[in-house]
Amino acid sequence: MNLPSFKPVADYGVLIEFGTRESDDLYKLVVTLDKTITSANILGVVETVPALVNLLVIFDPLVTTHTLVQSAVTALFPLKIPKNSKQTIHRVPVCYDMELSPDLIEVAKVKGLSVDAVIAAHLSATLRVSMYGFAPGFAYLSGLPEAIQVPRKPSAIRGVPTGRVMIAGPQCLITTVVMPTGWSIIGRSPVSIIQDDSDDPFLFRIGDTIIFERMHRNNLPIELQAK
Amino acid sequence: MTKARFKVVFAGPLVSFQDQGRFGHLRFGVSTSGPMDRFAHRAAHALVGNSNAGSAIEVSLGGLILECVAGEAMLTVAGGGFSVQCGATNTNGWTTQIIRRGEKLTLRAGEWGSWCYIAFAGQLTLDKWLGSTSTHSMSGFGAGKLTAGVEFEVQNSEVFNSRCGDTLCPNAARTTDKVRMIVGPQDQYFNLEAVKYFCSKPFELTDAFDRMGVRLSGPKLLLKDALSIPSEPIVRGSVQISGDGVPTVLLADHQTTGGYPKIATVLSVDVDRLAQMRSGDTFRFIPVSAEDAIAAVRKHYSTCEAILDDLAAPKATLAEKLQSLNLIDGIVSAID
Repeated sequence: MNLPSFKPVADYGVLIEFGTRESDDLYKLVVTLDKTITSANILGVVETVPALVNLLVIFDPLVTTHTLVQSAVTALFPLKIPKNSKQTIHRVPVCYDMELSPDLIEVAKVKGLSVDAVIAAHLSATLRVSMYGFAPGFAYLSGLPEAIQVPRKPSAIRGVPTGRVMIAGPQCLITTVVMPTGWSIIGRSPVSIIQDDSDDPFLFRIGDTIIFERMHRNNLPIELQAK
Repeated sequence: MTKARFKVVFAGPLVSFQDQGRFGHLRFGVSTSGPMDRFAHRAAHALVGNSNAGSAIEVSLGGLILECVAGEAMLTVAGGGFSVQCGATNTNGWTTQIIRRGEKLTLRAGEWGSWCYIAFAGQLTLDKWLGSTSTHSMSGFGAGKLTAGVEFEVQNSEVFNSRCGDTLCPNAARTTDKVRMIVGPQDQYFNLEAVKYFCSKPFELTDAFDRMGVRLSGPKLLLKDALSIPSEPIVRGSVQISGDGVPTVLLADHQTTGGYPKIATVLSVDVDRLAQMRSGDTFRFIPVSAEDAIAAVRKHYSTCEAILDDLAAPKATLAEKLQSLNLIDGIVSAID
């Protein structure tokens, strides 16, 4: 296994990069290194931020330096990539009622599919929590089938509420805050990724598996049933 | 010990409660938030006599008017040079005052600076999210924005006349026209000329400026190819370049990942000085090595700790006050 590249980020970070093209293999390396660094308790390391092909290590510059962090991480190689690691699977209910899914028809039209085929493709996907970003609790779920991959809209729609299931390119996400977005809204989910006010309220860990299940509009919480 | 209650009479946009920040949740998309000027926030608490820098009010250029509706409290204003009216007293910049029931505190944009802080002696009782009151501007998570009609309470307020009066803003809290950064981590995607321009030409802050970031104007920084890179971590101080070659410096409420290439990252010790500048101000980026960055942050830390210790000491007499101001300038000029 080749060593990743190490790049200094400001006075408190090192970006560790395995490659520049997203792939399952690189992603496994990122997740494994993330876990390995966390359990290694490296002096001065305060936080790690995994992304698609790289991982940012944040350190306390009063305690350590870029060079010392790089040496400590290099010493963790070669990584032991678990062959059959235990997967946490979340079954996430989604309501695809046409009234609540404003972009379903457009996605079907663009992809030359029926609405039912779009829904079936979404339900067939096994998605992976590849990273969080943009806003608190915004989990990017990777692995959408090519048949329903659509580009972002040319301009963002403002004020999209929480609980919306949206897609763009190979990714899917469920909104956690009111936000502007150019993604296509294809359903609603009662699942809240930010669960409560505890110290660890996030439902998904990076690397978790997500499978969607169809839910009837009547089973949504009342506030999500309304158009 | 006294208690006081305040009501917001008027608040401009982006006036919010901020403690030191919300740490350790970047992997879940949560930026640290906290004060845009972390040193001024701590200085305000030090001057008002709080041993911990807890929650304070961050005031934007939009200004703020508070009315004390019950009790009395001692407060410090520190940060940019804002104009301050507290009861019958008019002043500018850094000041510690006592406010009593029926009196108003009015802050307006002054000679320089984009942000200032109001710290009260005692504690503000506020809502927390993930252990912090810091308000994340996009989601509103945390104690929240201040808007007309909002009321809040100050507990365990202590009032000492000996702390009151104006304090000179230390040099370490002023803006700088040289902003140090480390080139990368995606400088390889830019043509050589772009990196050269970035490291040498002046840049100007535009009015696309909020707690998430500030867009700059300057030479276009062109990518070698119009390629898309996989989304990757962003920090406070990341300088990302959009497809049309325009840089944005990400600030306290930054998004935590993104797909625009980053040409550089501003040092933590300079990013808040940059955030205190205003639209139209110009500066240059100065490239430094990783070793120099570490040396700079360590030096900055000891300088700031010395200043904060000094600000925290009660200033009993005018003579002592003047002496302490000389000491502050002495420290700054001796080390910088």
